[in-house]
Amino acid sequence: MFGIHYRLERKSITLVLAIMVVASIGGLIEIAPLFTIDETVETDPNMRVYTPLELAGRNIYIREGCYACHSQMIRTLQDDVDRYGHYSLAVESKYDHPMLWGSKRTGPDLARVGGKYSDAWQVAHLTNPRSVVPQSVMPKYRWLNTTELQTTYLGEHLKAQRDVGVPYTDAMIANAPADAVAQASPDGDTQGLVKRYGPATQVRLFDGDKRTVSEMDALVAYLQVLGKLSKAAQAPEPAGK
Amino acid sequence: MISGLTLSERQAAIAILILGTMIGIVMAAAAAMRADAMEIHGYIVALYSLGLLAVVLRGYFAPEPDDTRLASYYDDPSKAGIILSMAWAVFGMFMGVWVALLLAFPDMTFDTAWASFGRMRPVHTTGVIFGFGGNALIATSYHVMQRTSRARMPGQFSPWFVLLGYNLFCILAVSGYFMGITQSKEYAEPEWYADIWLVVVWVTYLVLYLRTLARRKEPHIYVANWYYLAFILVVAILHIVNNLAVPVSFAGAKSYSAFSGVQDAMTQWWYGHNAVAFFLTAGFLGMMYYYLPKRAGRPIYSYRMSIIGFWGITFFYMWAGSHHLHYTALPQWVQTLGMTFSLMLLIPSWIAAANALLTLNGAWDKVRDDATLRFMMMAAVFYGLSTFEGSFMAIRPVNSLSHYTDWTIGHVHSGALGWVAMITFGSIYALVPWLWKRERMHSPALVEVHFWLALAGTLIYVFAMWNSGVLQGLMWRTYNDSGTLTYSFLDTVVAMHPYYIARAIGGLFFLTGAVVGSYNIWMTIRQPAPTVAPPGDEPVLAHLEPAE
Repeated sequence: MFGIHYRLERKSITLVLAIMVVASIGGLIEIAPLFTIDETVETDPNMRVYTPLELAGRNIYIREGCYACHSQMIRTLQDDVDRYGHYSLAVESKYDHPMLWGSKRTGPDLARVGGKYSDAWQVAHLTNPRSVVPQSVMPKYRWLNTTELQTTYLGEHLKAQRDVGVPYTDAMIANAPADAVAQASPDGDTQGLVKRYGPATQVRLFDGDKRTVSEMDALVAYLQVLGKLSKAAQAPEPAGK
Repeated sequence: MISGLTLSERQAAIAILILGTMIGIVMAAAAAMRADAMEIHGYIVALYSLGLLAVVLRGYFAPEPDDTRLASYYDDPSKAGIILSMAWAVFGMFMGVWVALLLAFPDMTFDTAWASFGRMRPVHTTGVIFGFGGNALIATSYHVMQRTSRARMPGQFSPWFVLLGYNLFCILAVSGYFMGITQSKEYAEPEWYADIWLVVVWVTYLVLYLRTLARRKEPHIYVANWYYLAFILVVAILHIVNNLAVPVSFAGAKSYSAFSGVQDAMTQWWYGHNAVAFFLTAGFLGMMYYYLPKRAGRPIYSYRMSIIGFWGITFFYMWAGSHHLHYTALPQWVQTLGMTFSLMLLIPSWIAAANALLTLNGAWDKVRDDATLRFMMMAAVFYGLSTFEGSFMAIRPVNSLSHYTDWTIGHVHSGALGWVAMITFGSIYALVPWLWKRERMHSPALVEVHFWLALAGTLIYVFAMWNSGVLQGLMWRTYNDSGTLTYSFLDTVVAMHPYYIARAIGGLFFLTGAVVGSYNIWMTIRQPAPTVAPPGDEPVLAHLEPAE
């Protein structure tokens, strides 16, 4: 064995190829089957996609690095389930490009935070966390309230999402900027939005401010839909599986 | 710097820098139309290229280097790499202390977006891993590959291209996070255009390495080069696969990962864990396998242990990433494979650590007297300790306690401060007098001071995070007699406060050490050169062949 190596280490290209082969095996065996084994991700025919406003909110969540302190992955551990709700299923992040499972809980898990707090609480908390949770160590995000949401290119965002596998329709892509505004304007025309994204779509003045659609609207809309895109975790286990 | 380049190399540099300037302007103009933050990155690319162009033009008419250069090694890029590495170290560690303080004093953000924890945390991680670590790896790999091959690098241009191109990537990465440009993938945050640029730089690096090896006078490729090669090759594979993404527009920064959900999580942690393996371990083992025996004046203890250690690390590490996803929605068979291979990984890791420590047999008196060698010894010890801890934390039930807590942060820093930074400081202290042809470091006493600051800082940091992590993990899972959770999440946040302050103090110790080291290196460079080159580095060879 060491004799073989004695010869191998005299040939740089052979050494390069050997390293690449040896290093590739683990990833190939662990990752490739995740794309082909059907049981890896549960099926949920009623799974919703993010609305343009929620997707924009998700991008703000990414931009601000919220994932550095908040996970979105409830583990199959009793205390995780007791604290945050049903453990996360793979299907629930099926449309998450990229996933935001996180790796650290400086703050609590957010996988099922949708609906847990009111919009007003979320806005107050994001504006100044210590106004509602005195011991919190979260930064303030005051400017979200005053920054108007950039909606012009949301159609392109949806199109890129479709390119990586999220089933957005042509109508969704064409109406993306209008739908984003509609979701945060309950007095306006929201019929098209609800028709495209389903009756469960939450249409509200998320930031309580009628004048503009702000980044706060988008982020709160996203937080309020977390854990609600799929009902797979609420469904009873099918018998015999 | 420019006087070392031939005329044709100066022309190539000018052409590439003009191209870089133009690309920067196009990026800025395209992004400006969409009010996209990539506009700033366009200006940075253009200014970086223009600045270097000015340097090249100023030296353009300097006399060309004569052929005597071909009888010596080409070390100018290594010198620049060491200075850049120390500059990034001070910057990255300063940012580390800052973000540590943010968790204890959250209102230090001045109500600005750029100063929030979420944006600054990747500035710290990228600054130290890619800025400090990456520059040190490039600088030392140039030095080691030439010495162990007894060959000069082919040409003077591509080593500069790799070094300066790589630093442009680091600048784009770090400045992007401040502006909110991020893919959110840990340790792979830079957006698509920075990722593509890194591929260009990295392929050039590999070609440079292989061309130097092809010119070697030694029939055998020394073990340090196996590790550097594995570092270059595998980082390329990981980087390309994990960063596959579709940009929203070529005129904007934002892109969406090609993968989603569980597949994305597995790909990300296959990348994330092997960034630790092949960036922070393999590359630095290459460093250790050269500088530790050189400084100790002893041959490597065992050739066979080198072989087993190398191939074990290269094979086992790539399976271990899924231990970051225990008890998640990742299928259990992958979690189990990850845990199993993480445990097996301890064997080659400890073989490599033992090989280093046994090499010191017969030189322990030097370890006592020489802080530079002691840095390397302590690095090998921390390598052994943190790989043991890593395998331990990969066991599912242990991970149920440690995951999501500061224990992980403590573990990472035991490796990053104790192993990566210490082997780097030791290697740099050995390398600086050799490269600048000085008798010794300006002040051996300051090396000693740096050593104790680094060791004390590491221990304070790691102990603080062990306490905080285990405490938080236990509080999360404590039930009272009625079967409900005893502590709210907020109770655990309050309990972390003293440890967050202790951690910042440990980090401050470590940062102070890096500042002391930078001062010492600077003063060493400023010393007048002795008339006779001191011994130590590999002698210059008379029969180096001319470069093509």
